[in-house]
Amino acid sequence: MHIPIETFTLPNGLRVILSEDHTAPLVAVNLWYHVGSANERAGRTGFAHLFEHMLFQGSENVAANEHFELVQRAGGTLNGSTWLDRTNYYETVPSNQLALALWLEADRMGRLLPAMTQQKLDTQRDVVKNERRWSVDNQPYGTWWERLPALCFPPEHPFHHSLIGSMEDLDAAALEDVAAFFATYYTPDNAVLTIAGDFEPGEARRLVEELFGPIARGAGKPPLPPMELPPTFGGTRREVVPDDVVLPRVFLAFRIPPFGSDGHYAASVGAAVLGLRSGSRLYQTLVRERQVASEVEAFTYDLAKGSDLLVVSAVGRPDEPVETLERALVEEIDRVHRDGVGAEEVERAVALIESAFVFGMQQAGERADQLSRFATYLGEAGRVNEESERYRRVTAGAVSEFARERLGGGNRAFLVYVPRGEEARAGGAGPGGASSGGADGEGGGGDGGAGRRGGTAGAGTAGVGR
Amino acid sequence: MRGVGGAPARPGAGEPRAYRFPRFERRELENGVRLVVAPVHKLPVVTVHAVIEAGAAGDPAGEDGVAALTARALTEGTRGLDAAALTQRVERLGATIDAGADWDAAFVSLTTLRGKLAEALRLLAEVTVEPAFAEREVERLKAERIAELLHLETEPRGLADEAFARAVYAEGARYGRSEGGSKTTVPGLAREHLAAFHAARYRPGGTTLVIAGDVTVDDAERLVREVLGGWRGEAPPPVVADDRGAPAERRVHLVAKADAPQSELRVGHVGVPRTHADYFPLVVMNAILGGLFNSRVNMNLREVHGYTYGAHSGFDWRRGAGPFVVGSAVKSDVTDAAAREVLHELDRMRDEPVSADELSLATSYLDGVFPIRYETTTAIASALANHVVYGLAEDYFDAYRGRVRAVSAADVQRVARAHLRPEALQLVVVGDPAVVRAPLEALDFGPLTVREAEEETVA
Repeated sequence: MHIPIETFTLPNGLRVILSEDHTAPLVAVNLWYHVGSANERAGRTGFAHLFEHMLFQGSENVAANEHFELVQRAGGTLNGSTWLDRTNYYETVPSNQLALALWLEADRMGRLLPAMTQQKLDTQRDVVKNERRWSVDNQPYGTWWERLPALCFPPEHPFHHSLIGSMEDLDAAALEDVAAFFATYYTPDNAVLTIAGDFEPGEARRLVEELFGPIARGAGKPPLPPMELPPTFGGTRREVVPDDVVLPRVFLAFRIPPFGSDGHYAASVGAAVLGLRSGSRLYQTLVRERQVASEVEAFTYDLAKGSDLLVVSAVGRPDEPVETLERALVEEIDRVHRDGVGAEEVERAVALIESAFVFGMQQAGERADQLSRFATYLGEAGRVNEESERYRRVTAGAVSEFARERLGGGNRAFLVYVPRGEEARAGGAGPGGASSGGADGEGGGGDGGAGRRGGTAGAGTAGVGR
Repeated sequence: MRGVGGAPARPGAGEPRAYRFPRFERRELENGVRLVVAPVHKLPVVTVHAVIEAGAAGDPAGEDGVAALTARALTEGTRGLDAAALTQRVERLGATIDAGADWDAAFVSLTTLRGKLAEALRLLAEVTVEPAFAEREVERLKAERIAELLHLETEPRGLADEAFARAVYAEGARYGRSEGGSKTTVPGLAREHLAAFHAARYRPGGTTLVIAGDVTVDDAERLVREVLGGWRGEAPPPVVADDRGAPAERRVHLVAKADAPQSELRVGHVGVPRTHADYFPLVVMNAILGGLFNSRVNMNLREVHGYTYGAHSGFDWRRGAGPFVVGSAVKSDVTDAAAREVLHELDRMRDEPVSADELSLATSYLDGVFPIRYETTTAIASALANHVVYGLAEDYFDAYRGRVRAVSAADVQRVARAHLRPEALQLVVVGDPAVVRAPLEALDFGPLTVREAEEETVA
């Protein structure tokens, strides 16, 4: 499978990627802005995501909520999402509606502010606060979204704070913040535009130049604070959270090399060996053999700056104390850390990763998103065509070395959810407290990979005719 | 301010390019196994859905959950391969095989790269025909189902869906109880129940293999014949879903969740079966009411009032009459106000014709998005599986867009009046009784009953 790619850059700095596929009369438009919650200033947690909502509130030539209406009337699907280090906006439309999709994206990139009002901001603030209640506050384990990064990144680090934001900070967001954020980050030179699917490249290029060409380059964005971190936590961290849950759940995070680096491929395969589908090491041992967990999975955050996280999540069984689950999990991780992994395990993991990648590429929207991702993070959309080969080059030796360097006691952060009233039994620090305890704080080099997961917090609901 | 100067005018649509849903062909083996094959040569990917007449509607009395558990247990070992060996065989191909049951059918679903199809299909056939139902695995799956039910007690969305089903169906109706079984039925299921259900319902004459992707019809038939040609057995008897509705008396069902910052809200009643003649006008009506982002309930609750992150409505399409529901999660202190707005929108749908703008938004969306729904082999196979389960018309996919476009404002109002029944509405709220109880009583909607969350999943 080879994804065709053509790239060019407008004089204002907008990077454009075209990928033709004429198998169906549809086209995906995908814009990544290289800004996320990491870029928020103190006292404005959640702002990048609130701002994403405001981008659906119209622009100079588009009325409030008309963006959604115009795309759906055209027969398209659309949404946006905010992540720690990027925000994306995307639509898939019938191919004869490409001009409309590009015009809508250009109008809000070039002319958002005339449409911004206090009332729209107030309403979206309420919507986002309800999104917070829905996804975090009123969901079992829902606070893991903000507790885990807070546990894993130091307080001054841009990935430390909450993506969805605190109620207080959401309350504080003002129209001036919208204007400043827009001027600083929503500029053509801070964005990647991908068009994938059924289009004529000459016509697409003409449209892009006409619609996006007049938008002025930005003045540059302030640099992020240093993102570099030591390769490991330098100990074992642990936080116990009493919650309205019946089953205990353990999140176990490890610091790993950043997305896109060689070491990340080994880490990503390592995550799949540990917890991708039911043939994985942890599912086999914890769910099937020892029967101490009812669910287990592992994934990476795919952060491209400084360092990334590999996370294992395991849900316990009824009437079993969390210690049983945690002890068994640690034993299995210790075993992988000490003894490494086998060639068959790596073969299984790589086969699943490779085919999932091909399955995903059937969708123009997914194809466009991957191209934008590689261009935004690594400056090279063409990396999408090297993915399979890079994964195939990962050996059992490389994954075992990764496990030795990164899965030891010197690089573990436990976030443990227990049913309210059982926190005393779970030991460790109380709510909100994190403790660092020593262990074999070794290091680990490398830099690394590719990945699947990532993204949260959409602007829309929608969907019809189920 | 960037980008000042004359903005380019809003562009119109270009010439639409033709699209047809993938052509598919039917075949049947001598033993009664049917095939529906849609060759799609885009990427080297193939999806196979084995659709089996073994849905939860056929759970024997007192054995709620046996269909779901049987389907789940298929992939936990066969007579020849234990659970671990089977999983390794499948996953080292890079393939995924998942099994489950909904109300109407059991599904064994495979997606694989083309080169691995023959071997993966052999494994799919093996799990479908010769599952081991090893006691250890069955007991584990039961424990996992119990864990899931316990988890539900703290999960407001699932809790609301469960309470809603119980509220809208008659006492004793199977549709009123969870597909997967309850804390009272699941512990009583043993491997013998699963084996008996499998023997009764998993039969060649009740099985269709839907295959979509990079394969020819002849190759697909040859491969299926190789692995399922020797399967013997009569077709299973048909099952009638028990979809009797609750008495048409409005009630408020409050499920108590102390200190909940939001209320999960469900408003609705029993809907209509998938094969109802009003299907297309109902789909359009629902898009306008609460199916689209710009629908009435989402615009009202989210964009006008800021009560919620999202509000939607929908019919749950089944062979029997599945529920119709309007759902949202709203800030606790506006629970009554949100419910009032939902009731208002339901009335308005019946009382006034929809505007030309609303109608054209819904129909042009449903028409235009049609090709976008079928980009993947999985989506095509799922659509064809529904085609099989509901026995839809042969030209269903080719006629779909025309039938959507033919729906008029009068049709919409007619089906709203026929199928939205204000007198039968049930209002379910999972929320903090200290905050929501008094306002819900003041709504004057109907008598209010309160239950604790833990009682809700017992049934």
